[in-house]
Amino acid sequence: MKIANKKITAERLVRDALKKAKHFADYNIFTFINEENAIKKAREIDEKIAKGEKVGKLAGVPYALKDNFLTPEGETTASAHILQGLTSPITATAVAKLEAEGAIMIGRTNLDAFAHGSSTENSYFGPTLNAYDKERVAGGSSGGSAVAVALDIVEFATGTDTGGSIRQPASFNGIYGLKPTYGCISRYGVVAMASSTDCIGFFTKTPDDMDLLMSIASGQDPKDMTTLPDYYNESDAKNERKPHKIGVIKEFDNESVNSEIRRALKEKCELLESKGHKIIELEMPSLKYALSAYYIIVPAEVASNLSRYDGIRYGFRSENSTSLDSLYDHTRSEGFMPENKRRIMIGNFVLSSGFYDAYFLKAAKARTLIIKEYEKAFSKVDYILSPVAPNPAFKLGEKVNDPVAMYLEDVMSVSLNLAGVPGLTIPAGRTKTDLPLGLQLVGPRRSDKKLIEFAKELI
Amino acid sequence: MKYLPTIGIECHVQLCTKTKLFSEVDNDARGKEPNSCVSPVDYALPGMLPRLNGEAIRLAILAGHAMNCKINPHSRFDRKHYFYPDSPKGYQITQFYHPIIGPGYVELPSGTKIRIEHAHLEGDAGKLTHFETYSLVDLNRVDTPLIEIVSMPDIHSAKDAHDYCKELWRLMCHAGVTYGDLYNGNMRFDINVSLAPEDAKELGTRAEVKNLNSFRSVERAVTYEIKRQSKLLDSGEKIIQETRGWNDAEGKTTGQRSKEEAKDYRYMPEPDLPPINLTEEFIETESAKLPPMPSDYRNKLRGILKEDILEILLDYPKLMQKISELESTSTISLIANLFTSVLLAEEKSAEYLNDLPSAKELKELAEMNEKKELSSTATKEVFLRLFDPQMKNRGAKNIAKELGLIQENNLDALEKIVDTVLAKPETQKAQTDFKAGEEKVIGFLVGQVMKESKGKANPSTVQEILRKKLS
Repeated sequence: MKIANKKITAERLVRDALKKAKHFADYNIFTFINEENAIKKAREIDEKIAKGEKVGKLAGVPYALKDNFLTPEGETTASAHILQGLTSPITATAVAKLEAEGAIMIGRTNLDAFAHGSSTENSYFGPTLNAYDKERVAGGSSGGSAVAVALDIVEFATGTDTGGSIRQPASFNGIYGLKPTYGCISRYGVVAMASSTDCIGFFTKTPDDMDLLMSIASGQDPKDMTTLPDYYNESDAKNERKPHKIGVIKEFDNESVNSEIRRALKEKCELLESKGHKIIELEMPSLKYALSAYYIIVPAEVASNLSRYDGIRYGFRSENSTSLDSLYDHTRSEGFMPENKRRIMIGNFVLSSGFYDAYFLKAAKARTLIIKEYEKAFSKVDYILSPVAPNPAFKLGEKVNDPVAMYLEDVMSVSLNLAGVPGLTIPAGRTKTDLPLGLQLVGPRRSDKKLIEFAKELI
Repeated sequence: MKYLPTIGIECHVQLCTKTKLFSEVDNDARGKEPNSCVSPVDYALPGMLPRLNGEAIRLAILAGHAMNCKINPHSRFDRKHYFYPDSPKGYQITQFYHPIIGPGYVELPSGTKIRIEHAHLEGDAGKLTHFETYSLVDLNRVDTPLIEIVSMPDIHSAKDAHDYCKELWRLMCHAGVTYGDLYNGNMRFDINVSLAPEDAKELGTRAEVKNLNSFRSVERAVTYEIKRQSKLLDSGEKIIQETRGWNDAEGKTTGQRSKEEAKDYRYMPEPDLPPINLTEEFIETESAKLPPMPSDYRNKLRGILKEDILEILLDYPKLMQKISELESTSTISLIANLFTSVLLAEEKSAEYLNDLPSAKELKELAEMNEKKELSSTATKEVFLRLFDPQMKNRGAKNIAKELGLIQENNLDALEKIVDTVLAKPETQKAQTDFKAGEEKVIGFLVGQVMKESKGKANPSTVQEILRKKLS
């Protein structure tokens, strides 16, 4: 990813990326192309290099930004109608860190509106198509970012993962996608979905690129009080204790998981064993509560976090309003997507007086069980290898009218968000019909750096 | 029928932190343009996260300590949801489940103790101004730190309600946690009033009157509610549990919102802020910074000052602090009287209160008065000059000298002046009249001496000398 070798100019790299972005326009990857600014920034970097001045670790590297990160470049829409017209006066901490190292954003990428979804079909701007099969979904919610990397338009892309939104599209498009430990990267300036599970992460083509991005973007931020004290760059990447013990989850090994995914998992286990590692079967019975707990806690936080979009101060305001109440009604009815409304209603229901104990509090208890389940698992194994989703990329429109089927796509990914542990999607071959397969490598909290390093064992 | 009123009071206190509760924006919006003290965190741009202001925690500890409350080492924030343009986030960040301040009590000047249930930290809302076809939103006040103090239903009269609010105001002002400007809403009171037959074991249905911003309106609203509810109960009607508004001009409360339409705030733990964990050591260190409280002053100055003067002065923490710096009881009593009778009557008293003369200057003034170097009129004059921007900091003695106010007490010098006056032809008749027993002409003679001395002579000494010479 380093270009400071003068063999190629930043401008050339950026122009290539912009050209590819246009070439693949039919995939509906971008909500905004940052042409003018990107070229300007590339020239500035080239001038610096020509003068022999020091440039950053990502100097001239083109990247794609999921459209829920705030920067003054282009409107921040979160692919939602209700944010229409919002140009941010501030820059998200993660973006500021990447840009300080010279990375150049060439465009904002499509997502399920407010990151609500697993297919990018819930975008106000329409779905993004899968990099390997245009009839299939990109996965989601960070579908645009995943496809931008998979189609080699950019070197890397940012994503957010609240319940699998990085790992699942990474697996659907055959690339690496990391959801770091909760609190590793600042959420400041990223449109919130569910505050207690939202994680900022990346899509890359190699584990080394992932490590470089993490070393730059991670770290405590006074603007986000939930960030952890710096640890990423201090942690040791070496996986000294050999052989490693890798857990596979018994409960995920059943007919409901696609046979080709189970085959891919088996093959990767055999590969690890051939390298001298040990595979251990884990029983994690509490994970069966994960999806239910997730779809209570997350909608509650979603409903709360979306309360600020009322048409009063910025974004879209309905023309049909005649009073304050009708302004709220129309703005929110017209500005949100059906999936946004569904989650707002679930969230407000579980928080309403008389139901809080029965739903939210119970889900919070289930969450504690899940956290303990992971702690127990990591006392027995170093990492866990599991499917990311029960199926490879599904067809566009296949699940869009069946919210429960869509939610079941998240059954294997959401427990990590509830527990706050890191998970890295690694490519794991193809199906017979040439669709990408992916698996997730899961580690204990703060093991991000080792996890990325260990992913190389799986190549 | 006779009823026992039971009153509980919730009080919102705006804390005088430099910056807001969750952002680094100026918290003091007095005299500033609308929406000029607002950051993206305050107006709730997407992706913004609250940053907790540590100063608000320290002030909350002081406020709690001032009310003899337990400070909870573990507290947490929650979100309280409602839609209104004064709430940019769509929720208020408050402490619903785990407040920072636990139980305590406030002792009224009468000795009655009112228990505090708890007090919690929260962000204030913005302000709306309504016009005929539109409304304007000012977010300057958004997330100004507040503590909401919730009393137990220990109050049973309008007077105690008044006294409790006033004592709370004094405690908060003395603790230095608020500017205490009631006119500008720095402290606001919500009262809950219910009536029950005197021998009843259960409380009656309560009505709440919100947003009162003076002690007098608290007293009047309680009185009104007691009358209104008594009348209803007497005629066999039921009290509706509701929120009522106070119309100060008419002296009435009116129904606003009944319990059936009450909002569901959908409380939820605030996921963007970690819990607050305070060590016992930190709580102790911070609590120890509490300045003297009204009860400390009462204990110290009872017997030295008259009770009414003491109670007036307790409304002014800075004056109390200054007075307690003076050591001797006679100095304290003189200066306290000057503060109440002279300074507080001045038009510029508010301005003057911000910059009080030093204890040294006040002591100097008191000494001059004691030594009779200054008449009581001259003492008052010099006292006021100590606050005069052009005169202050020069010292009481220098000011008195410059103004020529120092009294002549030297007997020899005074005798000489008296002799001069007695030698004057225009005083001869008066001297004869006095010797003939006309007592009142002594005033004329004293006046003549004062005139001769240009007002510097001590009139009582002059009179003594005159009497001696004319006997």
